[in-house]
Amino acid sequence: MAFDTGLVLLVLGVAVWTIVARDTFAAVVGFVAYGLLLALVWVRLAAPDVALTEAAIGSGVTGVLLLGASTRLRRTETSGAGEKPGITLRLAAGMLCALVSAGVAAIVLKFPEPAPTLAPHTAANIAATGLGNPVTAVLMAYRAIDTLLETVVLLLALVGIWSLAPDRVWGGFPGARHHADPEGVLTFIAQLLVPMGILVGIHIFWIGSVAPGGEFQGATILAAMWILAMMAGLVDAPSVSRRWLRLLLVAGPTVFLAIGLAGFAMAGAFLAYPAPYAKLLIVTIEVPVTLSIAATLALLVAGPAERAPQR
Amino acid sequence: MSTATLYGLCSAVLVGLGLFGLIVHPQPLRKILAFNLIGGGVFLLFGVVACRGAGMGFGGDPVPHALVITGLVVAFAATALAVALLLRLFEQTGQATLRSDR
Repeated sequence: MAFDTGLVLLVLGVAVWTIVARDTFAAVVGFVAYGLLLALVWVRLAAPDVALTEAAIGSGVTGVLLLGASTRLRRTETSGAGEKPGITLRLAAGMLCALVSAGVAAIVLKFPEPAPTLAPHTAANIAATGLGNPVTAVLMAYRAIDTLLETVVLLLALVGIWSLAPDRVWGGFPGARHHADPEGVLTFIAQLLVPMGILVGIHIFWIGSVAPGGEFQGATILAAMWILAMMAGLVDAPSVSRRWLRLLLVAGPTVFLAIGLAGFAMAGAFLAYPAPYAKLLIVTIEVPVTLSIAATLALLVAGPAERAPQR
Repeated sequence: MSTATLYGLCSAVLVGLGLFGLIVHPQPLRKILAFNLIGGGVFLLFGVVACRGAGMGFGGDPVPHALVITGLVVAFAATALAVALLLRLFEQTGQATLRSDR
């Protein structure tokens, strides 16, 4: 309990920092720490799958994205000073937020007893999926439609970002070409870390069927390795109009949807798997989905095209 | 007070803090950051609900855990889109402000 109290105080302290820090860059650094501390909280709440996702996406990839944006927007920081709301508005906002917090706290203190849970249903049916990790079973079998729609949402976000590119660079390369010192520490770390990171990513994905891990966590690590390689200048970001890239991005949702539709013929419902082949079909979906998510996440960080395509 | 309740109260404070930042910060990037802070609090509340629903040999109810994993990924996608819109605004106008009178 003492550990939990200390952890809560740390989380709250870092959260306050991200709000009150004057410098946006410092606030983003606070946010990265906030994500890592939340990952610890998830471990304390017996949710290692979520802890991995929080550390990888909530803290890691979001952190890279926001750090990049805050560096680019640094010039605009001082100009916003005149827009700060007056003391009255701040007080009113403070009271409103205290009220919202009190409302949520009241709900927390009045949670029903015994707690409602779907754990027995999950446990009763997990054998049919051939999976050992209940969270993966929920993601890939019971609530597979959520996961299918999520892969589509990721693609839509990427389409939205790509369509922000100006006409002159339409279909070109995202971001600036990074040139790191070939003898420098970033290149060294990238050369050392990327091969190991790819192995770890594949392992986390593969182990997800029986232990904490899964396609989202594995895909995020793979995406992070690609981002690192791009930042160190080892590889350039691909031009967004490349055919192979587009195929890679849609492969996951396409295979997912195809197997989902085949469920009508094989088991009588959308996204239903015939029991003897359940695990085989789930893995067949997961492999392309992992690759597509990894590519999508990396390109979401890379942003819209900024350099014209070579003709 | 149980551990779950403690983290539940923590999530309540996080939601309030994030909302405050969202309202009072004039810079859009700080608003995006504050919105993600709220997200962290809401996901944590899900975690508390899952933790209370532990049973059948699972550490927590796996359904809210799966929902949070989906939510984290979608929150990232939305953040990336918001940041891209903001950077485009900056590129177009040379400023990053939500004021409409300039």
